[in-house]
Amino acid sequence: MTETTIRTAASNRALLSRLRAWYNADTSNPVKRVQFDRPLTPWVFLLPQLAVIVIFFYWPSVQAVTSSFYIEDPFGFGSTFVGTENYTDAVTSSQYASTAVFTVFFCAMVTALSLGIGLLLAVKADKVIRGASSYKTVLISVYAIAPPVAGLVGMMLFDMHIGPLTDLAAFFGHDLRVGIDYGDTAFALVVISVWKQIPYNFIFFLSGLQSVPTSVREAALIDAQSGLRRFWDVTLPLLAPTAFFLLVINITYAMFDTFPIIDVVVKDKPANNPITLVYKVYLDGFKGNDIGGSSAQSVILMVAVAALTVMQFRFLERRVHYG
Amino acid sequence: MAHLSLRNVGKTYAGGTQAAVSGIDIEIADGEFIVLVGPSGCGKSTLLRMVAGLETTTEGEIHIGERLVNKLDPAERDIAMVFQNYALYPHMTVRDNMAYGLKNRGESKTTIAERVAEASRMLELGPYLDRKPRALSGGQRQRVAMGRAIVRQPAAFLFDEPLSNLDAKLRVSMRMEIRKLQKRLGTTSLYVTHDQLEAMTLADRLVVLNEGRVEQIGAPLEIYRKPASTFVASFIGAPAMSLLDARISDGAISLEGHALARVGNASGPVTLGLRAEDLRIAPQGIPLAVEHVEELGAQRIVHGTIGAQNIAVIEVGEAAIQDNVHVAVDPDKLHLFDTSTGRRLEVQSQPHQEMAL
Ligand SMILES: Nc1ncnc2c1ncn2[C@@H]1O[C@H](COP(=O)(O)OP(=O)(O)OP(=O)(O)O)[C@@H](O)[C@H]1O
Ligand SMILES: [Mg+2]
Repeated sequence: MTETTIRTAASNRALLSRLRAWYNADTSNPVKRVQFDRPLTPWVFLLPQLAVIVIFFYWPSVQAVTSSFYIEDPFGFGSTFVGTENYTDAVTSSQYASTAVFTVFFCAMVTALSLGIGLLLAVKADKVIRGASSYKTVLISVYAIAPPVAGLVGMMLFDMHIGPLTDLAAFFGHDLRVGIDYGDTAFALVVISVWKQIPYNFIFFLSGLQSVPTSVREAALIDAQSGLRRFWDVTLPLLAPTAFFLLVINITYAMFDTFPIIDVVVKDKPANNPITLVYKVYLDGFKGNDIGGSSAQSVILMVAVAALTVMQFRFLERRVHYG
Repeated sequence: MAHLSLRNVGKTYAGGTQAAVSGIDIEIADGEFIVLVGPSGCGKSTLLRMVAGLETTTEGEIHIGERLVNKLDPAERDIAMVFQNYALYPHMTVRDNMAYGLKNRGESKTTIAERVAEASRMLELGPYLDRKPRALSGGQRQRVAMGRAIVRQPAAFLFDEPLSNLDAKLRVSMRMEIRKLQKRLGTTSLYVTHDQLEAMTLADRLVVLNEGRVEQIGAPLEIYRKPASTFVASFIGAPAMSLLDARISDGAISLEGHALARVGNASGPVTLGLRAEDLRIAPQGIPLAVEHVEELGAQRIVHGTIGAQNIAVIEVGEAAIQDNVHVAVDPDKLHLFDTSTGRRLEVQSQPHQEMAL
């Protein structure tokens, strides 16, 4: 009896001294040792950031995953475990499929157009010498507009009665009916979302262009007569890191950050309007009160985004030159 | 390969009030190595970039071979340029860096491969052909930049301070390499530097620029021996030629009251130029108050004052140097300049007798 007590006490003391030694230990890497005298110190600095990530990212994720396996009573009185039923329901529903197709189309269009136009404008702005700063300011200022406001401005432009863009379409013989006609609404959503994102891409592309060394451009000027060739062979590869970064950002934008724009455009419209998967999560969860189904959908989205990101980094980043 | 001629070439930058370069007239023979030298901001790069087509020419005509190139794109001018920071394409391998210009001119694959192989053999770049520039040392990058110029087999090479990012030792060896290569290829070259030693050792002919104008054109030794102005005199040669206020009266030059030599020039104030290597410390002569001594190993440079004027003397002896010594001047090695214009005055000789030795 006493023997065990002594042994426990001894092992406790040993553990304690090990802990203390660990806390006081010098790190083996001399570079790190210079910066932090104790191994625990960096963790203390990391704590706030970790807390933010855990509270605002991991905790909701775990919640989403958990509730995706339950069907919740619409009045919140209780929930029933249903296994993967929420998932099969979501995936097999034809509405989900059509929304997914639209989301892919929407992301591709918004990303391609806003990257393309942003790059084009940046290339042109880079060549402007006189009045360059006011030109840039005009282009960049759109970025200061909040997405819901962008949505509202867009709605006004596309308004069925007073919208100038509707008039323009009418001039070309098309009856533009945003909010009623599926195709027209999709068109308006893409236009507004692209318009909102161009300045962001423009800023990054412009600074990317301006960081291409002048002498490298001049060397290219001597080596190749065609401006298009030079752009393709020299400027674009040097812009690739910027472009890759923007690609990731733009896909994320098209999937998630366009939510307010879609909300403004399709909200309270009775017709069958195009929406993205993210908006559908919101509709089903908060309008349809189907928390379980909506959680399942958001988990699917999470997995899809994770897969997409991994793919981007695996396949694209390798071909990108970081010089 | 071709000759190059600049006729009354000038450049005023947009928004600039004053011409950056003006009135440049140079005829460069086929295969000649011309060095443009001058202090910072004198317009060397501007002139070179005008020949390359990277800056517009606002005045005059530039001919490469028989072609007037003022309006041609850089790629059409049949020139190759080596930049100070090498300007290699960071995303291309050494091989592609060299081949890129040829590819765009529609050369065949075999021609390109041959030329790249030839250039990399000459410059010993073989082991690096598949590396990216960032994996090369400064000297190796410099050689790649040279290779990129060579493979084009252009009418002219243009160099803008290509060695100034290298350390001193490498600079000397690359300097010799460039000279040897140019001799071997016989390509007309225009080379910009502000290093007068580099200029002297490389050039067939030197062009000394000052504030956008040609101050003097000539072979290095000719410029060294007969600088056309005080500007050239102080720029070419190290240590710089000492320029002193002197007077000519009664057919003799006198410096701070000490008669130096008899000359036939008109009386009045004159600027006297004395090179440090033409002076020596002697038992008699002009008294010099020594201020400090630069020990260079093979020689010493003694800095001091005569009256209140600074002067440098090269001393090869080993003996300790007193605070007050005397210097002797070889009267044949005097340079005279007009005090107001700074232009060279030819020394009118008189049946001379040495007065200060
Ligand atoms: N893009 C420009 N716009 C206006 N002025 C310029 C421009 N580039 C050069 N200059 C002016 O032209 C003059 C000559 O410049 P340049 O670059 O040719 O000098 P440099 O002789 O090459 O000097 P360094 O030895 O320092 O390279 C300078 O006074 C400079 O201020
Ligand atoms: Mg320069």
